[in-house]
Amino acid sequence: MSWNRAEMCKRAALELKDGFYVNLGIGMPTLVANYIDKQKNITLQSENGMLGMGPFPKPGMQDPDLINAGKQTITSLPESSYFSSADSFAMIRGGHIDLSILGAMQVSKQGDLANWMIPGKMVKGMGGAMDLVAGVKKVLVLMDHNAKDGSPKIVNNCDLPLTGKKVVDLIITNLGVFEINQGVKVKEIADNVTKESLINKTETELLF
Amino acid sequence: MKNNDYKKFYNSPEDALEGLLFDGMTIMSGGFGLCGLPENLILSLRDSGVKNLTVISNNAGTEGHGLGLLLETKQISKAISSYVGENKLFEKQYLSKEIELEFNPQGTLAERIRAGGAGIPAFFTATGVGTLVSKNKEHKTIKGKEYILESGLISDLSLVKAWKGDKAGNLIYRKTARNFNPVMATAGKNTVAEVEEICEVGELDPDQIHTPGIYVKRIIKGLNYSKAIENLTLSED
Repeated sequence: MSWNRAEMCKRAALELKDGFYVNLGIGMPTLVANYIDKQKNITLQSENGMLGMGPFPKPGMQDPDLINAGKQTITSLPESSYFSSADSFAMIRGGHIDLSILGAMQVSKQGDLANWMIPGKMVKGMGGAMDLVAGVKKVLVLMDHNAKDGSPKIVNNCDLPLTGKKVVDLIITNLGVFEINQGVKVKEIADNVTKESLINKTETELLF
Repeated sequence: MKNNDYKKFYNSPEDALEGLLFDGMTIMSGGFGLCGLPENLILSLRDSGVKNLTVISNNAGTEGHGLGLLLETKQISKAISSYVGENKLFEKQYLSKEIELEFNPQGTLAERIRAGGAGIPAFFTATGVGTLVSKNKEHKTIKGKEYILESGLISDLSLVKAWKGDKAGNLIYRKTARNFNPVMATAGKNTVAEVEEICEVGELDPDQIHTPGIYVKRIIKGLNYSKAIENLTLSED
């Protein structure tokens, strides 16, 4: 047993604190938006140039001039603002964004992140990931604990090309929550997951 | 009476590009995905037959849209982009080495363009430190943190798309169609803008201008915008 995608997203949403400005990456991180506590005031940033991202539009209400970084149609909110790509990344690099949630292929015990390139395969590009991990206050990785072939994704050293060095603060997987702080500290274990199976499925040493 | 004819307004994209194109030139093209693309100018660029282009653009378009049109005619020899994932033709030309590709982190790309337009030759950034991006770049530790030196970018020609513009070249963008367009407008030796709505001088509120006319050499009213949606996503309820 372990957490499913919805449970992982729900757990990640708890890391969004009241008043936070947050950037959600493409894929599973985008789904975290569905689990944000309505009592909290959270502003979502889209790096193509928008603060205050609203939900996806109702059929017929889509606007080709209004998309998110995943090129999905979205809507605005009363508090929304638009700006250029340069302003958007000034916001990111200037440390004004509180939290970024991204997917990953590998994370090392030092917090190195690899999520953009597999040598020998066609490279799509890093998009804004390198800027985000270098600039935002806190980086949360949301990913499956193991790759499709079962290989561990929390490793001693990333063998894939890096997106950033020593940039990850927290990892949420289907098996638990892990903090990078002079090693990988286990903060929570998913329901019905044993300590032994967690150790077996992780390359690097876990601190309990 | 002040002369309000800035001689920037052209009747067609062909006229607006006349005399500005040459083989081997560097072109910046605004837009993010298929949002805010200078559709009319790209078509005209394709029809001009100019080749061996270095194109600076966040993405490489898709089949039949944006810079995808220039890939079909093999007019691009090098692309500087942050993400080209959606284009199969690009992938094919890249793997067969017909096209050279330089990946820039998106924020580094935006800032390189901003710097270029502002006369800043280079700047230090933390983005890319410890990654392939930092290879062969100058490193510097400032107040205990490591940075790499990135250079400013300018183009021979920048093609931008805005929502409204006036005949003095002032531009206003709409929603997320703004993206790279304003910075690219500043970084072109020549900048040509296309707009959905062209206004007479004085019709736009000076307080609402995003790109001041000084950056825009020529302007046209674009026609027949396809405004394709790459990833239509609707709410379920």
